[in-house]
Amino acid sequence: MPKDELKAGYKLIGTRPNRPDGLDKVTGRARYGADFSVPNMLWAAVVRSPHAHAKILKIDASKALALPGVKAVVTRADLPTGLSGEDLNLQDNTLAGDVALYDGHAVAAVAATSALIAQDAARLIEVEYEVLPHVIDVDDAMRMDAPVVQEGAADHTVPEGSPPNVARCLDFGHGDVEAGFAEADLVMENTYRTEATHQGYIEPHACVGQLGEDGKGEMWVCTQGHWYIRRMSAAVLGIEAAQLRVTPSEIGGGFGGKTTIFSEPIALALSRKAGGRPVKLVMSRAEVLRATGPTASASMDVKIGMKKDGTMTAASAVFRMQGGAFVGMSPVGEALSCAFACYNIPAIHHEGYEVLANRPKAAAYRAPGSPMAAFAVESLVDEMCRALGLDPIEVRLKNGAREGTKASYGPKYKQIGLVETLEAARAHPNYQVKLGPNQGRGVASGFWFNHGGETSVSVALGEDGTVTVSIGTPDIGGLRASVGLMTAETYGIPYEDVRVNVVETGALGVNEPTHGSRATFANGKALVEAANQTIKEMCKRAAKKWGIEPEAVEWADGAARPAGDNAGKFPPMTIGEIAAGMGASGGPIAGHHEVTMGGAGASFGTHVVDVEVDPETGRTTILRYLVVQDAGRAIHPAYVEGQYQGGAAQGIGWALNEEYVYGKDGRLQNPVFLDYRVPVASDLPMIDTVIVEVPNPGHPYGVRGVGETGITPPLPAVANAVAAATGARIRHLPLSPPKVLAAMKASRDG
Amino acid sequence: MSKIHVTTTVNGDETEFLCDPRETLLDCLRNQLDLTGAKEGCGTGDCGACSVTMDGTLVCSCLVLGVEAQGKTIETIEGMAAGGELHPLQRQFIEHAALQCGICTPGILVAAKNLLETNPDPTETEIRYWLAGNLCRCTGYDKIVRAVQAAAAEMRETA
Amino acid sequence: MVEVNLWSGLRRFTDGAQVVTVEASTVGEMLDALVKAHPGLEPFFADGVTVAIDGEVVTAQNDAPVTAESEVFLMQRLKGG
Repeated sequence: MPKDELKAGYKLIGTRPNRPDGLDKVTGRARYGADFSVPNMLWAAVVRSPHAHAKILKIDASKALALPGVKAVVTRADLPTGLSGEDLNLQDNTLAGDVALYDGHAVAAVAATSALIAQDAARLIEVEYEVLPHVIDVDDAMRMDAPVVQEGAADHTVPEGSPPNVARCLDFGHGDVEAGFAEADLVMENTYRTEATHQGYIEPHACVGQLGEDGKGEMWVCTQGHWYIRRMSAAVLGIEAAQLRVTPSEIGGGFGGKTTIFSEPIALALSRKAGGRPVKLVMSRAEVLRATGPTASASMDVKIGMKKDGTMTAASAVFRMQGGAFVGMSPVGEALSCAFACYNIPAIHHEGYEVLANRPKAAAYRAPGSPMAAFAVESLVDEMCRALGLDPIEVRLKNGAREGTKASYGPKYKQIGLVETLEAARAHPNYQVKLGPNQGRGVASGFWFNHGGETSVSVALGEDGTVTVSIGTPDIGGLRASVGLMTAETYGIPYEDVRVNVVETGALGVNEPTHGSRATFANGKALVEAANQTIKEMCKRAAKKWGIEPEAVEWADGAARPAGDNAGKFPPMTIGEIAAGMGASGGPIAGHHEVTMGGAGASFGTHVVDVEVDPETGRTTILRYLVVQDAGRAIHPAYVEGQYQGGAAQGIGWALNEEYVYGKDGRLQNPVFLDYRVPVASDLPMIDTVIVEVPNPGHPYGVRGVGETGITPPLPAVANAVAAATGARIRHLPLSPPKVLAAMKASRDG
Repeated sequence: MSKIHVTTTVNGDETEFLCDPRETLLDCLRNQLDLTGAKEGCGTGDCGACSVTMDGTLVCSCLVLGVEAQGKTIETIEGMAAGGELHPLQRQFIEHAALQCGICTPGILVAAKNLLETNPDPTETEIRYWLAGNLCRCTGYDKIVRAVQAAAAEMRETA
Repeated sequence: MVEVNLWSGLRRFTDGAQVVTVEASTVGEMLDALVKAHPGLEPFFADGVTVAIDGEVVTAQNDAPVTAESEVFLMQRLKGG
């Protein structure tokens, strides 16, 4: 589709109206996970392992149960047996079986009439452990003699004789890599490391769960995907999914970390044991950091061949990533698939190892795997640009993926916007600013696939001609505004005439979570189908009234109209008029659409950052920051900018400060925000954005997902800028002041 | 442990509640008074999501005991829209898209209002340092700072 | 007939071939036919695979059509955040 064809004629798409949930959120009325309470409710507290790896010898809850106000205690013995695969992993993570696998692993839980009594009771539950040897670091976990995290975890991909914690291996690629390296003028190879970080949503996990003896239950929960919560919780508890009704609350951030369950089944199990009384379970920040979804830590070897003019001839990557104590959580496949996705390279080899460690079960975090991969590859590309005296944007333009390029992960790209982001970055004033002493500029690009996924939506006309849209993906960053805009645009009615509700599991078919940058893309595409059903029906009703054929009626600007003079002369019949009479003209008018959505368009971005490094302290200050990213079509540009800025801020945190710090005892040493330091307002400048629009041909309004790509370039962009400012190349994130200071000293000492 | 009777003024209304001496002001606001606008993001005074004012001073209500509210005047997000009319900060936050998930928004609004009461014309740097105790994980702060600037300008014009 | 590009790690189950041709009109039929011809692929597909058809990445969409003209690549299953 020509790029400008989609641009023409939109009335609402691309405007910036107020979000429909804004008023509730600025007045404190919006109800988040912990804000729900119901009559006769109990409060839960969870007992967690203080050891990184320990056999659970005995759990004695008698003292806790004797405490007045305590109504139930659950342990693994209260959950069904016989699960396998990921369901078993989820159950093992919900409540430890024979072995606690990480510091913070839930071991038992208690429900009582108040939060304080529950906390007191939890302290009275006595657990006897036999401490086992543990392993934390990804490279340590790769050793043949490493303590074994889970026996028999390796799957069919792991060759005999591999290190015992390797759970999965993969390799893919194309072309003759050795010949490609032989052709290059410069071949460089380095190892890069990133530490585990947390999604860091400000709202801790929270839910109210109720489950009766009859197996019927209800849950109110903050989640990115309530059907996922339902399926997983039902599997862990051995109940039927349809009997569990899950209602999502407003969600206080997720970033991938709320796409799965952690302690939700505990609330239900406690409720079942307490005679069906509802149980509220709210995690503390320490519990969030110790026991919920951090991302993987990574150790990555990258090798690239380049000609003197910057042309890339071959590349290879060997990535090792731990995703905690459970199989399947390391995003090593995603990382490798994204690693060279920005480049047109004739020969590429990827090799990956998923390895287990005594850490919490990793969860998805915004473009899972891609930020680490970008750090490794984009750092090395920058090192090679410097070695060859080439401009980093020119080298990326020379090798950049375009429509028709064979992607590093196999297929040919459709219409994509990487080159446009590079050109916009080069043309931006930030790229021309003259830098002072101790200052440096870094450039990097990034990629994410984007996803469609299982989607179910419905639309219904109100009697006054307004439209209710039901979606099943929680709104984390302005989704209801963008869905409202697309709905109003499709009908040709005012934005204010649409109400978008995020509805519970009983109201729609299955929906995947708000993940994979899919929510605006997939809901928008599905609601156009659903809305068109109702538009067709409205045209039929008008035709009947006018006594003409339905085909002779067309829809425009919120009204049915005769299609041309031959159809007859009738004044437009508005949506309001049709809706007012719909009961008499044939009944309610509603539409729905259910599909596993295809057509997601790949997303690329380019970031430019200027930093200043204090030579006395090694502290890095971000002077200015530019995000350029292809949105396909920005439905609500303010919230697209918000995704770009938020992704950049998270990536800056990952680059400069955030990391999981473990002691020799395998315990997490920084499970509070004071020590797990996410960026604060005074750490950042304004974050400049440029929205590039190369429409996605797979979407009626050209939408690409915008949520994830923005976190990928900051890691290498900041590292490249620090290298430019200091002359010291640091290949291990985060770039904390002591590390930068040491690298500067080493660089000076030669 | 027996509970303690506390009399306090919350958002202009004289209010009584019973609290355990270990309960925080945040617990009391949320669980005794059903004022759930203040959020608990950390419980250690690091995130600012629970920000309220006590006798005009900005505090993390997770670091204040419920019993300390005795005889004090507490203002929370629920009291910010006077007589149903939004405070300029609230309106500018909506208009500037200064929130995404919105969990930090009540605390940031309470903190920003407190800033503008003492400093009606803050610089960008002053705003950033004042709000450095209020974590936002979604926005990168850009639109928050702009919304505060816009509200300050509006309030100076109408003052 | 559909030409399927496998990832290189699967070659050891297909007698070294990275491109395999099977009779199929949908992704589901294609995966079934691949397993029938090369049983060693079965556990990989049981884990879930991502398929790229003409450059478009799809996951768990067995009804998606494929033709002799389609460019088909198999990839390890991808997850999103």
